[in-house]
Amino acid sequence: MPFWIEVLVSVFLIIGSLFALIGAIGLYRLPDFYTRLHGPTKATTLGVGGIVIASMIFFSSQNDGLSLHELLITLFLFLTAPVSAHMLAKAAMQQKLPAVEQTRGQPWD
Amino acid sequence: MKARWLPNPALTLMLAILWLLLNNTLSFGQFLLGLFLGWAIPLLVRGFLVEVPRIRKPLQLCVFSLKVLFDIVVANVHVAKLVLGPKKNLRPAFIEVPMAIENEFVLSTLTSIISLTPGTVSACLSEDRQMLMVHALDVPDVDALIADVKRNYEAPLLEIFECSPT
Repeated sequence: MPFWIEVLVSVFLIIGSLFALIGAIGLYRLPDFYTRLHGPTKATTLGVGGIVIASMIFFSSQNDGLSLHELLITLFLFLTAPVSAHMLAKAAMQQKLPAVEQTRGQPWD
Repeated sequence: MKARWLPNPALTLMLAILWLLLNNTLSFGQFLLGLFLGWAIPLLVRGFLVEVPRIRKPLQLCVFSLKVLFDIVVANVHVAKLVLGPKKNLRPAFIEVPMAIENEFVLSTLTSIISLTPGTVSACLSEDRQMLMVHALDVPDVDALIADVKRNYEAPLLEIFECSPT
């Protein structure tokens, strides 16, 4: 494997894991349920995206021929992440989970 | 009138391609198996399938998809900044965005895009499908965000798919 491909793969791996880490930090650190929802739904999309791209480059350069089935991971993630986020938010609103004070337009008051 | 034994040729082809991607191969046998699955699965689940409106402007759909992808990357960086920044700078809000889309498929596409892009998660669609409750992580200006969603995502979707605004 040429050196520059190794560098490229590592860069994407680092970007990906960095965003996954930030998503996790968001989940831990943000003040209430609704804001916490934002961390995992978004920061992780790019996190997984970065790792998937790294995997595609790595396996395409290893074997002959493109390796494209990683793209499906992204596709399925894009299909499922918004739905689960929507259902979680909806369930939380049903339960009237408290939101942080500075939240505007709270639906139940 | 569509043939009963092949209700959805586009979906069949799409599933076949998906099958080939899953197997990471281009062999003829797998392609046949994919075609078979693509034919059988839609038949089995046809009760659940939602009518997809005709795509009026395929080229614009491609441009729009790329734009959404780009927005997702921007959203990630933006949210990352918010997560790492001081907590009291957050200005979260629940916002009601009026929806002008009637079609089920297009509506769910729009809500998915909203969930994936800058600082917003779609939270609740009203019974009559006129209002979408959105939770946003950091909004300086509520009206600007509503206008943004309408201009950047709703209008192009209405234009791309063949359906009339209410």
